Amino acid sequence: MMAVAVDISRFEGVPMAPPDPILGVSEAFRADKNDLKLNLGVGAYRTEELQPYVLNVVKKAENLMLEKGENKEYLPIEGLAAFNKATAELLFGADNPVIKQGRVATLQSLSGTGSLRLAAAFIQRYFPEAKVLISSPTWGNHKNIFNDARVPWSEYRYYDPKTVGLDFEGMIADIQAAPDGSFVLLHGCAHNPTGIDPTPEQWEKIADVIQEKKHMPFFDVAYQGFASGSLDEDASSVRLFVERGLEVFVAQSYSKNLGLYAERIGAINVVCSAPEVANRVKSQLKRLARPMYSNPPIHGARIVANVVGDPVMFGEWKQEMEEMAGRIKNVRQKLYDSLSAKDKSGKDWSFILRQIGMFSYTGLNKTQSDNMTDKWHIYMTKDGRISLAGLSLAKCEYLADAIIDSFHNIS
Amino acid sequence: MEYLPMGGSIKMIDESLKLAYGEDSEFINDKRIAAVQALSGTGACRLFADFQRRFLPDSQIYIPTPTWSNHHNIWRDAQVPQRTFTYYHPESRGLDFAGLMDDIKNAPNGSFFLLHACAHNPTGVDPTEEQWREISYQFKVKNHFPFFDMAYQGFASGDPERDAKAIRIFLEDGHQIGCAQSYAKNMGLYGQRAGCLSILCEDEMQAVAVKSQLQQIARPMYSNPPVHGSLVVSIILNDPELKSLWLKEVKGMADRIIGMRKALKENLEQLGSPLSWDHITNQIGMFCYSGMTPEQVDRLTNEYHIYMTRNGRISMAGVTTGNVAYLANAIHEMFASLRNNPQCSRSKSIHKAPSNPYP
Repeated sequence: MMAVAVDISRFEGVPMAPPDPILGVSEAFRADKNDLKLNLGVGAYRTEELQPYVLNVVKKAENLMLEKGENKEYLPIEGLAAFNKATAELLFGADNPVIKQGRVATLQSLSGTGSLRLAAAFIQRYFPEAKVLISSPTWGNHKNIFNDARVPWSEYRYYDPKTVGLDFEGMIADIQAAPDGSFVLLHGCAHNPTGIDPTPEQWEKIADVIQEKKHMPFFDVAYQGFASGSLDEDASSVRLFVERGLEVFVAQSYSKNLGLYAERIGAINVVCSAPEVANRVKSQLKRLARPMYSNPPIHGARIVANVVGDPVMFGEWKQEMEEMAGRIKNVRQKLYDSLSAKDKSGKDWSFILRQIGMFSYTGLNKTQSDNMTDKWHIYMTKDGRISLAGLSLAKCEYLADAIIDSFHNIS
Repeated sequence: MEYLPMGGSIKMIDESLKLAYGEDSEFINDKRIAAVQALSGTGACRLFADFQRRFLPDSQIYIPTPTWSNHHNIWRDAQVPQRTFTYYHPESRGLDFAGLMDDIKNAPNGSFFLLHACAHNPTGVDPTEEQWREISYQFKVKNHFPFFDMAYQGFASGDPERDAKAIRIFLEDGHQIGCAQSYAKNMGLYGQRAGCLSILCEDEMQAVAVKSQLQQIARPMYSNPPVHGSLVVSIILNDPELKSLWLKEVKGMADRIIGMRKALKENLEQLGSPLSWDHITNQIGMFCYSGMTPEQVDRLTNEYHIYMTRNGRISMAGVTTGNVAYLANAIHEMFASLRNNPQCSRSKSIHKAPSNPYP
């Protein structure tokens, strides 16, 4: 019988983590037996038949990859060179001076989350005094990322519930009030969760104040091409800042626009003042990536590189992206039309048309959102956000009925 | 290509646990293992290191000397203090077992140790089964926590069950272990980043809690792991024919390397080298710790175009029937020229090593 020093489990103090707010929605939806049920919590694109969608061009690229029979050797820490080149060109434009001058440090990373995390780790290491300003509200995981990276953050006003639109003055005031040299996290297009984007004129003013305060703009671009249907248009906010000669962080994701969700493909880009700076920044991002995952996964990177690298496939991609964005615009229109037709109160629902991207902030509060679920079997997040990607034309009228009921009859 | 759950592919995890813990493991049946799909071995180690920092903030990690260099980076970036423990015995190019046992005994009770389950990287030096049993016993006495990095299961001996022996010994002895698994080498999935982190808990409820916390760590790092590699792994391991084919292929890879070890040693002996090269075949896995100094390595590189890390580590995977003679010749010539011109080398001269002092 051997002697033992101590015999208590080391993990006594490990509590159960809270359930994921989004996952909980999908789970509840799955458990619901009602025929009318609708899942508007989902952050993934669905077809009109409410099925997941693998882009045809992706299938084509994968078949091509199988035929080529490339090996599965490690990528370098910074990822697939062909992907990095393609992704930076897509974002900034191939003719952009920052690309031609070699001033962009680009690392393939694990989709948007991984890109944000690398940048956050870099900020923590090299800007330990700096704070990140994030919009109120923002994607839930933003806060987790900066918390785990130990980067302090505070919020700037963004959503105005009175107008169900942008609180532009509040936004500017809060960015102005922050200490010089703060990092400002901006959604490049299709703000998540509100769907509310600044206008081009507002972007100019945001750039003005950021420049004045010597803040560092930090873009999260998760929907390039997916918001308006045009890759270039959706990148215009980023390009506006870059054109001013600013140094900029940009996180990219191909989860939605190429439907590559589970492949975890994205990139962190840092536009620097000179190529030599970009080299140094890149080298340090690599040092942060190596003890996280060593080198990024190949499959998604190859898909992107193949699609973007072949003019025919690139054209097909743009087409499929337009179709996806187009479907969402159509359901927005139909939802708006249904609401306007059915709601006799005269409430102005046009904010739905002004919002853009996968999500819409309906303006419903938590109790009203609960009513959507409990009475109407419509699943959404408690902040009033619905995913239009999960809505079909066929269900718009039903959804309109539910929204009108929840808005007017529940407080 | 919908998002995997934060914890990754359940199928891939289930199959991975069977590989590591045994097909009929009671721990699997009792659902006592908290496990998540991870970004290969690196990702698995990093998740564990972060978990350590968050829930065992007073703990540190003991890392063998030497080890894969990225281990140091991982626990450092996770902000977990590191210590080292004795492992490699340069004179014998083998295990410094006495030193190892001393360090285990001298470490404070309840320390965390990083152990290479098989095919130690970079030395290729593994404890014998008997030695593992002694290590396990001492761990029990000291209540140390063993964290196994298993990057070469199947790839070391050719037999996955045999390569998991150390882990099985610890499990039999009642330890709660942590384990990082990688499919980079044994399935050649390097760039797919397919791996698994598991932690054996007291009971099912604790396993559920621990898993939920591992997911919380993963979520702000990459949200959910990549699907492609996990699909390949789970399809292969779930299909009896494919699994059988895999076992053949992994044995084939391991056998080729074992064959190259033999060939390199025989070549050197046939060339009449007065030095001892037993360590080439005593060591196991991808790497051979040759015992060469950085200066000697530089000579091989500069004069013979042979590239290896300056700690003298040779990747046997890069040795073929086509180049093994060249390699042996280069090594032999290099040492011969050192003997003829002793002032050219700053290193100690290398004598034929004594037989293993730890039978």
